[in-house]
Amino acid sequence: MTAAALTAAQVEAAPMLEARDVSRTFRVSTGLLKPKRTLQAVEGVSLLVRPGEVVGLVGESGCGKTTLARMLLGLLPPTDGEIRVVGRPTAALPRRTIAQLVQPVFQDPYSSLNPRKSIGAIITLPLRVQGGSDSATWRAQVEEMMERVGLARSLYDNYPSQLSGGQRQRVAIARALINRPRLVICDEPTSALDVSVQSQILNLLQELRRDLGLTYLLISHNLAVVEHMATRVAVMYLGRIVEEADTDALFRAPKHPYTQALLASVLTPEPGLGVPDTQLGAAYPNPLDVPPGCRFHPRCAHVMDICRTVAPKPVASGEGFVECHLYGTP
Amino acid sequence: MTQAALPRAGIPTAADILAPSPGVLLRRRILRHWGLLIGGTILAVIVLMALLAPLIAPHDPYDQDLARKLIPPIWHGGAKVTWAHPLGTDQLGRDYLSRLVYGARISLLIGVSAMLISGVIGTVLGVIAGYFGGRVDMLVSFIVTTRLSMPVVLVALAVVSIVGSSLTVVIWVLGLLIWDRFAVVMRSATQQIRAREFITAAQALGCSTPRILLTEVAPNVLNHLIVVATLEMAHAILLEAALSFLGLGVQPPTPSWGLMVSEAKGLMFFDPWLITIPGIALFALVLAINMLGDGLRDVTAPENRG
Repeated sequence: MTAAALTAAQVEAAPMLEARDVSRTFRVSTGLLKPKRTLQAVEGVSLLVRPGEVVGLVGESGCGKTTLARMLLGLLPPTDGEIRVVGRPTAALPRRTIAQLVQPVFQDPYSSLNPRKSIGAIITLPLRVQGGSDSATWRAQVEEMMERVGLARSLYDNYPSQLSGGQRQRVAIARALINRPRLVICDEPTSALDVSVQSQILNLLQELRRDLGLTYLLISHNLAVVEHMATRVAVMYLGRIVEEADTDALFRAPKHPYTQALLASVLTPEPGLGVPDTQLGAAYPNPLDVPPGCRFHPRCAHVMDICRTVAPKPVASGEGFVECHLYGTP
Repeated sequence: MTQAALPRAGIPTAADILAPSPGVLLRRRILRHWGLLIGGTILAVIVLMALLAPLIAPHDPYDQDLARKLIPPIWHGGAKVTWAHPLGTDQLGRDYLSRLVYGARISLLIGVSAMLISGVIGTVLGVIAGYFGGRVDMLVSFIVTTRLSMPVVLVALAVVSIVGSSLTVVIWVLGLLIWDRFAVVMRSATQQIRAREFITAAQALGCSTPRILLTEVAPNVLNHLIVVATLEMAHAILLEAALSFLGLGVQPPTPSWGLMVSEAKGLMFFDPWLITIPGIALFALVLAINMLGDGLRDVTAPENRG
């Protein structure tokens, strides 16, 4: 009986997006006449996003968040592993079909809109690419979407340079949503905006998710944003997801020492407290030279002998997992 | 009810307080740029002169009349001066004003044609190199370097002396030789645009590569293209004059400004106007085109001035 109920729940929660052991390496030249080296941007990442979820992906700059996002969008083939969107492997799907299912919202609305095209033309482009309708229908659809994201219809013939940052991000969101994708990958959607505009955009994203039944993958290094938006959080460090848990659990009781340090690093508005000490040290992670064993051990406050030689296996904990020798087998 | 019918005069709507559109700003900058206006006007006059040559020219530019040879222009004074030949006649008695007017056709024809040929070659190579990068970029850069290592005038001279000279040959030789600047400028402009997120957004929307190049990249590199095009047009006109002067460009009796200077070089000390008139015409045309090009660069991309 319970087994049958479980299956029903599983069917309902068929993954919107599934990454299995996805890796991506780049060959980079380190100088003239020197041999090329391998940069491990993403290594063995598995991620599951269920319909209706908001999964937060956090980590510091250069940890592979954006590379992972590009692979999930089908813009970059993984060197290893498989990505499935709504159960179908992306490697076998044409770009246009992926585009109907997954759409991005980028960080910088000053760079993500073509300055030579009018707002109307920018939002119409997705409809044009998918084809199959006439321009009057397109115009009606675009104006309806503009209204939905809080843009005046009168802006249809204006250019991006005439809009504010917040308005531009609304245009970018309208472009991403006009074809009604199932999953939206938001890559730092608010970090280029003024603080006063950030909350407006976040509330808009929440509202649209409710109204249109969207699923979000929210990439951010702003922990407050992630805590506010996400239902589940994955923490990435140097190309790997080191901890994954429900938002409440993660923010209440972070398990991985890196997650603990990240949460400790949040600046408080309290004057006089200064910059918090995260005990991470100054060793900056280098994806060209990944440390042996646990890749976090050179910066870890709880480093043990085993960490220097053996890479930790993921240990299930609650709804998620953590990759650390402090947990699991004693 | 009456209130609802009132026009909302004086209350600014969102549209009223927007910044002016790029088109309005461009028009404003054009009207404030003197170099652009002067260059554009001179060029427009010369283009009109070339188009309306049969109406403007008082005589047939090929008509020889040895009885009326070497008449000086009207400001010179003297017995031979006549309003029938305002700029005088050359050593074969051909009307100099008519030859100058028809010569504008040759200069502009060569300038525009060579610019178009080189523009197509250079733009295609540059945009492809800038967009795809990697090996393609290396190959194109190698071709550009190879082209840059060849001196234009020497190669043009060699080719023309082998193939023989005609208007068509001159146009093709120049067109195939001066595309390097197009390629270099288009390559770096495309690289800049390529890194912007709206290109990634277009890819994520499922746009095909040709569509991205035409609708996303092209409109953003067009201003650079126009500037290079004007400069290369001036370059082609000067090279044609040089080739014609050396006797390897346009062949007599075709009226070409470079050829007019060349034919008059023997008489330079006795009848200097024969050289100064076509010389001034060439100077004015090239100066006008360059002023126009500089002006276009200033008004289309104010941040690239320098």
